[in-house]
Amino acid sequence: MNMADQQGKTLVRFRNIAIATILVATLVQFLGNVGLFNNYYLHILTVIGINIILVASLNLVNGYLGEFALGHAGFMAVGAYVAALIALKIPLPALVRLPLSLLGGVVAAGVIGYLVGRVTFKTVGDYLAIITLGFNMIIVNAIQNIDYLGGPRGLTAIPKGTNLVTVAVCTVITYWILRNLVDSVYGRMWLCIRENAIAGELIGIDVNKVKNLAFTIAAAFAGLAGGLYAQYQQFITPKSFDYLKTTDILVMLYLGGMGSLSGSILGVVAYTVLMELLRNVLGMVAPQLADLRMLISPLILVLIMLTRQYGLMGNREWRWLLPDRKQAEGGDA
Amino acid sequence: MLKIENLTRSFGGLTAVDDLSLHLETGDIQGIIGPNGAGKTTAFNLITGIYRPDQGRILLDGQDLSGLTSDVISRRGIARTFQNIRLFGKMTVWDNIITAFHQRMGHGFWDAVFHLPLFKSREREVCKESLAFLERFGLAERRNELAENLPYGEQRRLEIARALATNPRVLLLDEPAAGMNPTEVEGLIGLIRDIHREFDLSILLIEHHMPVVLKLCNRVQVMDFGRTIAAGDPHEVTGDPVVIKAYLGDEEDGL
Repeated sequence: MNMADQQGKTLVRFRNIAIATILVATLVQFLGNVGLFNNYYLHILTVIGINIILVASLNLVNGYLGEFALGHAGFMAVGAYVAALIALKIPLPALVRLPLSLLGGVVAAGVIGYLVGRVTFKTVGDYLAIITLGFNMIIVNAIQNIDYLGGPRGLTAIPKGTNLVTVAVCTVITYWILRNLVDSVYGRMWLCIRENAIAGELIGIDVNKVKNLAFTIAAAFAGLAGGLYAQYQQFITPKSFDYLKTTDILVMLYLGGMGSLSGSILGVVAYTVLMELLRNVLGMVAPQLADLRMLISPLILVLIMLTRQYGLMGNREWRWLLPDRKQAEGGDA
Repeated sequence: MLKIENLTRSFGGLTAVDDLSLHLETGDIQGIIGPNGAGKTTAFNLITGIYRPDQGRILLDGQDLSGLTSDVISRRGIARTFQNIRLFGKMTVWDNIITAFHQRMGHGFWDAVFHLPLFKSREREVCKESLAFLERFGLAERRNELAENLPYGEQRRLEIARALATNPRVLLLDEPAAGMNPTEVEGLIGLIRDIHREFDLSILLIEHHMPVVLKLCNRVQVMDFGRTIAAGDPHEVTGDPVVIKAYLGDEEDGL
C-alpha cells in the first residue's frame, strides 16, 4: 500500500477538476458576453453554482452531523443583505468590492450562525428543526420591517459583481474546504456524533462545541451564497429567503444524498435541470399543464425517498471526488 | 488512583446506587457483580458523568470528577465500554479508532480547512499509529469494513480498542463477556490480561460470568438493590451465603 503516492495523485486530480471547472466557466461566460452562448443557459449554470454552495454546506449539518436544521435560507438572507449593503453604501473599486462584500456576508452569517447554534444545540431532533425554522421566519420578518433594508420591497440597484466565473470560483473553493473538513478530525467527529453521540462524548468529544462548529461553518457558506446571489440578481427581497427557499435547498439535499458532497452536486444539477426541462417541455407540449411540474418534482422526491432513503448518493462519493486516504484504500464509506 | 466515596443516586423513589464506596489502586483489576438491576451500570454512568451523583465524590488521583461532563472525564483518563455495544456503526473500523485519537491530532482548525502540510503529516502519522493499534487487536484486516458489519465478538474487541485509543488510565468494562460462548470468553480473558499489562491500566469490570471474575479480578464487590452487600477476595466472596442468596433464582450460570 503506497498511501503517499495515491494521496498525491488524488489531490492533483481534484485540482485538475477545479481548474477545469473555472476555465470552462470563464469560457462560457465569455461566449455568453459576446452572444455566442444562450443567456438562459448561462443563468441556469450560475444558479446551479450558488445552489451547490447552499446544499453542500447544509449537508454538514443535516447529512454528516445527522441533525435536522430548517433555517438555511435565513443565513443566506443575512449574507445577502450584508453583502448588498457593503456593495451599495461603501464606495469601493469593483475589484475590492466583491471580495469585501462577500467576506462581510460570510462573517455576518457565520457570527449569527454561531449565536443561533449556541442556543439551539441545547436541543436536538424536532426541537432543533422548529427553532431553526423559527429563526428563518424571524430573520425574514425582521428585514421586512426595517426601512433601512428596504422593507418588503427589498434592496435594488445592487452593483453587479457576480457572474458565472465568480460563482464557479466560489463554488470550487467551498467544495474544496468542505471536503477538506469532512476528511479531517472534524468530519470524523461529526459522523461519530451522528452515529452515537453518547459514545462520542465518552471518547472525549465536546459534542455541543463540535456540533456548533458544523452549524457555524454551514451558516457562513450560506452567507457566501447569499452575497453572490445579491450581486448576481442585483435586487433582493425578504421573500427570496423565506422557508420556501429553505425547502428548495432541503429537496435538493435529500435528492442528492445525505452525507455525500458529490451527492450535493448531483442533487442540485438533477433538480434544477429537471425543473427547467419540465417547464420547457410542458410549456411547449401543453401550456395549460405547465403547473404540473410543481406536482411532478415532489412526486419524484417521494419516489426517491421511498426507494433510496439516503438519496441518490447517500454516504457515498464519486471516486474522483473521494478524499485521499479513502481513495487509496479503495473504500467508499 | 480511582476513589469513589459514598456515591448515591436515586431516580424518583428508587435509590439505584446507595452509598457506594470503592478504591481502585494502580494496576488493580476489580470486579463489580450483582443480580440484574443492582445498580452496577448506574454506578458506571455516575463515574463517567452520564448521570450526576446526588451525593458522594469520585476522585481520580485526588481530583474530584463529580459534576464534570462525560467528555471532560474521558479526557482526564477514564474510558469505558457499554453493555449494549455502542460503536460508530456506519463508520469504518479504522475510522472508529482514528476518531478516538482526536485528542492527539496536534494540528489546528485552519490546518484542516486548507489541508496544510502540518495537517497532512499529522494525519499520516495518526493513520499509521491507528493501524498499528488495529493490528494489535487483530482487526487490521477488517479496517475498511463498517463497524456494524463486524461479527459480535469483533465488535466487542473494537469497542475495547476504541476505549484504549483515548489513552486512559482507568478502563471500565460493562459486561464485556455478555453474549459470548466459552471459547470467546477465554479469548476475552486473555485480551484483558494482555491490555492490562501493556497499557499500564487499572480496570474495573462488571460481569456476570464468574469465570471471568475469578480469573481476572484481585478484588470484587457485590451489589444488590444499590447497596454493597459484600466485598473482598473473589473466591471468598462468591462463596458467601449473602451473595448466593442475592443471586438465587436470578442468574444460574457460574454460581
